[in-house]
Amino acid sequence: MDVGRSSQPSSMKNRMSVERKSERELVVTRTINAPPRIVFEAWTKAELFQRWWVPKSLGLTLLSCELDVRVGGAYRLVFRHPAAPEPMAFHGRYLEVTPPSRLVWTNEEAGGNGQITTVTLEERAGQTLLVVHDLYPSKEALDEDIGSGSMSWNDETFNQLDELLGSATNME
Amino acid sequence: MVQYTGAHLDASFAALSDATRRGVLEQLGRADASITDLAEKFRMTLTGMKKHVGVLEQAGLVTTEKIGRVRNCKLGLRRLEEEAMWIERYRQLWEARFDELDKVVEGSKRKERVDGRRKK
Repeated sequence: MDVGRSSQPSSMKNRMSVERKSERELVVTRTINAPPRIVFEAWTKAELFQRWWVPKSLGLTLLSCELDVRVGGAYRLVFRHPAAPEPMAFHGRYLEVTPPSRLVWTNEEAGGNGQITTVTLEERAGQTLLVVHDLYPSKEALDEDIGSGSMSWNDETFNQLDELLGSATNME
Repeated sequence: MVQYTGAHLDASFAALSDATRRGVLEQLGRADASITDLAEKFRMTLTGMKKHVGVLEQAGLVTTEKIGRVRNCKLGLRRLEEEAMWIERYRQLWEARFDELDKVVEGSKRKERVDGRRKK
């Protein structure tokens, strides 16, 4: 069934942009081929979220994923990386939950210096325009993240992951 | 492969559009220098040179550090590379995530179609 349509035009894929919008903002934009209602579920139901948020291709194993998706509710993800002796955790709280269009949470791995992540989902002809916006408390906080070589989650233990990723891009 | 963000390119081009500033970069490529050294070399007032260095610093092309009473300047290219690499890795993380997310939503859509048919 539908064999002729099985390969999507390549323009449908990877329409993603990453931009350092200002001194303390990072913005990722991508179109997802499903309505916001469905995409929002993938961000808010733990059994779906855990299947994509920690990509297997990065060598990570997810140990637990708890999402209490309501204003003030906490989330916590624990996972293991082969190069790190101890499991690592992301955690924080939801500040805004507006299905199916908006989700805001804090990132508290780094104490009070973490970024606020805002995800907006906008319907575009049956698809979803997804915008992930990371706002850091200061230019220094974002620069520090960049300088430490960690990824967006601002945690030194993640340098391990950074190294793994670095091996793919480091051309020195 | 490495992609600079729009705002960054603007700042870099603006910084490089001036002959003095290009000269300063060339000079710093040979050796680090203080603002006073640079002002002398380019026959310029200290204030004027401070402005130029400020523009280069904003663009991430030069970094400065105050040592005692002297502000020392050096090339900041490493820093720019570092940022570009980091953003590239950040992009890879999100690309990997979105590839998986595509699969998850396809699964949800299929399930919804099956459930919808059952209800009829």
